[in-house]
Amino acid sequence: MKPNAASDEPLALQRVFRDEWSRVVAVLARSFHDLDLAEDAAQQAFAEAAASWPATGIPRSPGAWVTAVARRRAIDRVRRESTRDAKQLLAVRSASIDTWPDFDLGGESVDDDVLRLVFMCCHPALAPPAQVALTLRLVAGIETTAIARAFLVSESVMTQRIVRAKRKIRAANIPFRMPEDAQLPDRLASVLAVIFLAFNEGYIAAGGDRLDRPDLCEEAIELARLVVRLMPDEPEARGLLALLLFTSSRRRARVAADGSLIVLAEQDRGRWDHELIDEAAVLLRSCLRQGRAGHYQLHAAITAVYTEATTFAATDWHQILALYDHLLLIAPTPVVALNRSVALAEVEGPEAALMALAELDLDHYYLWHAIQAELLLRCGRDDAAALEFERALQLTDNPAERRHLQRRAHRR
Amino acid sequence: MTRYLLSVGYRAGATPPSPDELQEIMADVGDVRRRMQAEGSWVFGGGLHDPSTASVVTAHDGSAVTTDGPFIDSKEVIGGITIIDVADLDAALGWAERTARATRCPIEVRPFMDDHPE
Repeated sequence: MKPNAASDEPLALQRVFRDEWSRVVAVLARSFHDLDLAEDAAQQAFAEAAASWPATGIPRSPGAWVTAVARRRAIDRVRRESTRDAKQLLAVRSASIDTWPDFDLGGESVDDDVLRLVFMCCHPALAPPAQVALTLRLVAGIETTAIARAFLVSESVMTQRIVRAKRKIRAANIPFRMPEDAQLPDRLASVLAVIFLAFNEGYIAAGGDRLDRPDLCEEAIELARLVVRLMPDEPEARGLLALLLFTSSRRRARVAADGSLIVLAEQDRGRWDHELIDEAAVLLRSCLRQGRAGHYQLHAAITAVYTEATTFAATDWHQILALYDHLLLIAPTPVVALNRSVALAEVEGPEAALMALAELDLDHYYLWHAIQAELLLRCGRDDAAALEFERALQLTDNPAERRHLQRRAHRR
Repeated sequence: MTRYLLSVGYRAGATPPSPDELQEIMADVGDVRRRMQAEGSWVFGGGLHDPSTASVVTAHDGSAVTTDGPFIDSKEVIGGITIIDVADLDAALGWAERTARATRCPIEVRPFMDDHPE
């Protein structure tokens, strides 16, 4: 026997799991009109694969293997439970006759099912936290316990959240189908927002000491890749993926050995992941060329300008300011205006930026205070800066952010 | 197919629309209803009088008590309802949007329990 075969087995199984999980759940969800049944059957089939593949080897078409087993388990269960309604019994009958999509033949219809599953999980009739939880569970295949750890809530809270969302899908009859053309822009925005939320959760958690938390940044990037693959004509989907890759490229350089945050200006640019940066740059160029710039594309473009500079001082602030002006036109939110003020300070000076900040209604937001504090320091108004650092510290619990603010507050 | 209750909500004590506005609203609402009927989605619907016209009946062992007024005094009041029978929530949300535009009020969409006895 090859000694390596056994040790490679778990990795190969993980890869199959990652590639096939959402496809198996999606195909079963369409056939049985029941998310719980789809999820449980998929879980069971993967468990059987994990048990038998080390001995038999991985089948040539692992996806088809897992789907066939999952389908059989689902049918067994429907037959066992006599309370199932007529619709499902009908599905069992048609599934037995084998109207199953063939995994080996292109798999285009399976891709469509995955997309339907994504839109169902991100349906705007579900609250955003439920959308995120459901997408991570059903599309990314993360265990509920791990999702709970990632969001720092108890397992029972997360289980409840997912159960309630599934119950609403069933009771309100949230459809397993593509949105109509007129609804598509809003519905896609909802999908991208879910991915962005998951990524941010992972990004903010960086520097935390919980090694057992799943890497939500990686999972979000995988989800974004999936959406880009399934909807290749949507520039905002590619814009989001570019943004996530650009941001992710700095992760190693962003946290110091003691867990404190290193701001962009002080990061060692040599530690950035240039492979990710190159991939993001190609994506960004390709979507901007379509001439339908949305806010993820513009955010990605801003991040790209920051990334292109060889040093922080060499950043092209005029270009960043112009991109923020464009972004404000399509997303006129106080937070965008807040970020714009940082570029404004570099182009027109800290006084101009402070004046712009005074007009924003963001008293509850720690960054509004933190940015003002930095600008006040630059104006030589140390006492006023100290007050703003104090306010910022009162408004954030994140340990890495707090360490950074404390350090800045005492460097005067 | 699923049946949904669309409820028109308005703020208790909100200024009622002027007669001209009301006429316009009624015309728009009638238009949406006709479209629902043409599509075979409309089951039932109508506007409701003010909550102060409501009565609540509570049954006890051998008798019943009738009291004046609605269940609860709430900030949001239901001004009217429509029941539709459509394929799924997306279809219901589409009608809710049209109804919201016609009534100039937010619409709550709530599914009925599956009660088809057949």
